[in-house]
Amino acid sequence: MNKVLMSGNYVIGEAAIRAGCRFYAGYPITPQNELTEYMAEHIRSVEGGVFLQSESEIAAINMIAGASAAGLRVMTSSSSPGISLKQEGISSMAACELPGIIVNIMRGGPGLGNIRPSQGDYFQATRGGGHGDYRTIVLAPGSGQELADLTMTAFDLADKYRNPVMILADGMMGQMMEPIVFKKPKPRVYSKKFMLQGAGNGKSKFIRGLLLDPIDSEEHNWKLARKYAVISISEPRYELYNIDDAEMIIVAYGTAARIAKGAIKRLRGSGINIGLFRPITLWPFPELQLRELAAKVKKYLVFEMSTGQMLDDVRLALQGYADIKFHGRPGGAVPTPAELANVIAKIYKRNY
Amino acid sequence: MIIKTIFSGFGGQGVLVMGVSLAHSGMSKGLHVTYLPAYGAEMRGGTANCTVAVADEEIASPVASEPNYLVVMNSPSLFTFQNKVTSGGTIFLNSSIINDRPNRRDVKVVCVPCSDMAQELGNIRVANIIMMGAFIKVSGVVTPEIYLNSLESIMGSRKKALAELNKKAFSAGFDYVKIN
Repeated sequence: MNKVLMSGNYVIGEAAIRAGCRFYAGYPITPQNELTEYMAEHIRSVEGGVFLQSESEIAAINMIAGASAAGLRVMTSSSSPGISLKQEGISSMAACELPGIIVNIMRGGPGLGNIRPSQGDYFQATRGGGHGDYRTIVLAPGSGQELADLTMTAFDLADKYRNPVMILADGMMGQMMEPIVFKKPKPRVYSKKFMLQGAGNGKSKFIRGLLLDPIDSEEHNWKLARKYAVISISEPRYELYNIDDAEMIIVAYGTAARIAKGAIKRLRGSGINIGLFRPITLWPFPELQLRELAAKVKKYLVFEMSTGQMLDDVRLALQGYADIKFHGRPGGAVPTPAELANVIAKIYKRNY
Repeated sequence: MIIKTIFSGFGGQGVLVMGVSLAHSGMSKGLHVTYLPAYGAEMRGGTANCTVAVADEEIASPVASEPNYLVVMNSPSLFTFQNKVTSGGTIFLNSSIINDRPNRRDVKVVCVPCSDMAQELGNIRVANIIMMGAFIKVSGVVTPEIYLNSLESIMGSRKKALAELNKKAFSAGFDYVKIN
């Protein structure tokens, strides 16, 4: 297997093309511009590949909805403020059960905020973001290699459940270079009956999100809810790190989990034994798997580059089972492992 | 073993190329590497810096709290980063344009007049590669052969003349520093 040194944004682009993405639409925004740049240069070199720089983020999400309805594997990408603009389209894709990948390379917010790495879009990503009773599968890669692997997984999940899938990373993941090995993607499994490619002599087909009859609409909502129930049982993913003999466990995802690992390594020599629980799917959140840990370990510290959003999900999983503390650096601030190690050591010592 | 290095200077001095080339050669040697550029409203003449980690185990954080090495190509970089360097670490500085010296006693300092040396070679733009010659000799992170191969694959084989000049520049820096 050939290793290549690539930045995260390029990795997502290359993995998407290898996974069979044939339609990309996007509008520039830092810190994800390199992904749009990569797609502009490379998607057209594969047969049938279409790149479109749209006039806006709203146009981009609706373009991929259209191409998805026609049967293509599709992707769009943006960063926090641009993702806000896409929400109506994401809700619409969920309603119409259209598969598609939305990449959010998060930056500091709220508002225009800044272009530094941040994790302030957790609620928006995991709670749906747009209007209505729907869910988006959210994948949170923690390394360059995982960006490659999870981008391919994202397309499989989107097709399997006919649902939009969001890849939630941040500016650091997008800009950082790491050695990557691209694995062989799985062949696509997606029925032609969901594609609008002309009815021929058969019955006419249509896809719509507008259901004026409330009873039809209710039935559609329950149908989606049953699908989400299946996803929340079948798809939670997570990583355990240094859990054996840990007296306290950090819960963190993405870049924050990387920093937490660095802090845990620093603390090893000082007799402070800390583990890490890293959710890889943010929705579905690996709630039961986290709760299982509480049988052994009673102290938890949630660390996020936000004021505390995943904290809610950790509370839903652990409230009443364990003690939960929080440390956050919102707005684009990224702590060093040394700084986090100090915070962990203080909380650890206060606890014992 | 984990070695973290910060490269810093003006945009246009090839600071990011220094980082990418080190990361690439670490990867070629079969080591774990991360390369993290400072991104944002950077431009030619502004500031640029990047952090490279090279290790024989999984690298947890690409951020360097206490880098082992600091390579500074201009004065502002020296003042920004000198206090981060771990005790016993090494600071490489471009003595052609940096008149100040680190105010720390617990780090080694390697002065390379790489801008002047580059001009002697006929192209100011290879100052970064001269510095890399010195860096590779002192740090020993990878062999000169691995480094030069990586440099060539990053630069592409389009410009043969440039590749020759880079090799010359690398040797000049490599030979300039003496290890006792």
